[in-house]
Amino acid sequence: MENFKTNKLKLLAFGLVAERMNLSSIEIEDIYTVNELQEWIVRAYPQLKNVKYSIAINRKIVKADSAIPWGAEIALLPPFSGG
Amino acid sequence: MNRFDRQINLRGFGTEGLAKLQKASVLVIGAGGLGCPALQYLAAVGIGTIGIMDGDTISLSNLNRQILYGESDIGQKKAIVAGNNLLNKYSDIKIDIITDYLNTNNALGVISSYDIIIDCTDNFTVRYMANDACALLNKPLVYGAIYEYEGQISLFHAENDKGLSFNYRDLFPHPPDLDEIPNCSETGVIGVLPGIIGTIQAAEAIKYLLGLGNLLVGRILYFNMEQMFFYEVDIHSQQELTAYRPKSGAEFRAFDYSLSCAAVPVIDWNSAYEIFTLNPDKSIFVDIREADEVPRVNHVKCVEYPLSEFDEEIISFDDYSNLFVFCQHGIRSVRAVSLLKRKYTEKKIYSIKGGVMEGNSPIFKTTKNHA
Repeated sequence: MENFKTNKLKLLAFGLVAERMNLSSIEIEDIYTVNELQEWIVRAYPQLKNVKYSIAINRKIVKADSAIPWGAEIALLPPFSGG
Repeated sequence: MNRFDRQINLRGFGTEGLAKLQKASVLVIGAGGLGCPALQYLAAVGIGTIGIMDGDTISLSNLNRQILYGESDIGQKKAIVAGNNLLNKYSDIKIDIITDYLNTNNALGVISSYDIIIDCTDNFTVRYMANDACALLNKPLVYGAIYEYEGQISLFHAENDKGLSFNYRDLFPHPPDLDEIPNCSETGVIGVLPGIIGTIQAAEAIKYLLGLGNLLVGRILYFNMEQMFFYEVDIHSQQELTAYRPKSGAEFRAFDYSLSCAAVPVIDWNSAYEIFTLNPDKSIFVDIREADEVPRVNHVKCVEYPLSEFDEEIISFDDYSNLFVFCQHGIRSVRAVSLLKRKYTEKKIYSIKGGVMEGNSPIFKTTKNHA
């Protein structure tokens, strides 16, 4: 029953973000807004401080003040430049 | 029987589809890893006029992925070799060869002559420039870009069934700062990855011209070759972001896009040494390689600050006017220069082209006097 109460979110990282985090996917808990998410990222991964990326929640790009639904899939999407 | 029989027989294509493509014109900006496969398929499908725009020349390290070129083409202009290669294969298409890079002076003129543009460039400067030019001219732009084993593709400035269009700045309003970019053109790459992404770009351009199927409008497709999956994300049109891009031709021509490598002066070892000898007291070489990278440089006017420990707040070059920053290949040094330029806006800070691996300088031949 404990698990039932935990808001588990799946965080996916792409490109340079994944490289800096040294992972492409991680489970995080109890984050309810994009602002909270960004604060958590900077605390947990200070090496991402200056990296620009878009944030998608359940496969839609969102703005900084958006809410994050329970159990959402979050993606950190940096621009690529190579060709 | 003609060379288009198999596609004429395809559902949704037909002779009408072929006629549309033969009347169409497509501009491919950048004839490199993305541009080569895109160009090959656009020519094969019978696009009437294909513009190939690239100011670069072919080098040996291009050949693992830039499949229109071979060993005998090294040193020649990419646009010319690519164009001649395609004309030798297909006599029924027209090719415009443009041996210039896209810039704010030529962009609007060149882009306005084509029906659809494909962004196959390799740096943020030209990507934002192409996006903003296409926004001004209302030209559809097939965006594609790669990073290591990943790629991303979208179709900007084309309307979806609700009449909405999207652009690069909806996703990424501003280019990253220079020091956020791992490097400009020398990240490792395996040819099949740009082959896949460039081919998808060509597919979207062909579909757009045919009016076929669902286009990548309002969504961006990420591809990861290492884990082998696609990931699709919906984009929101952010009208307020139009403020970030130029609103007229005059504004566009005056707009400063120089945020990428062009913003960091890059010089070769010989030029660096010439400047150094003119004012040796005020000049210093800065080795930002890690301690285990060889060969080491033991010149008396060379200091070591490994990039992994780089802290521009602590590093002090107050006594010097000219800094020559180098690494192993001239990639990380660009990032280090951009970091140092934040602190020292007045100093002349250079990144040395090719780094130690291109090493050919008197500074390698002198040894430091170890006390």
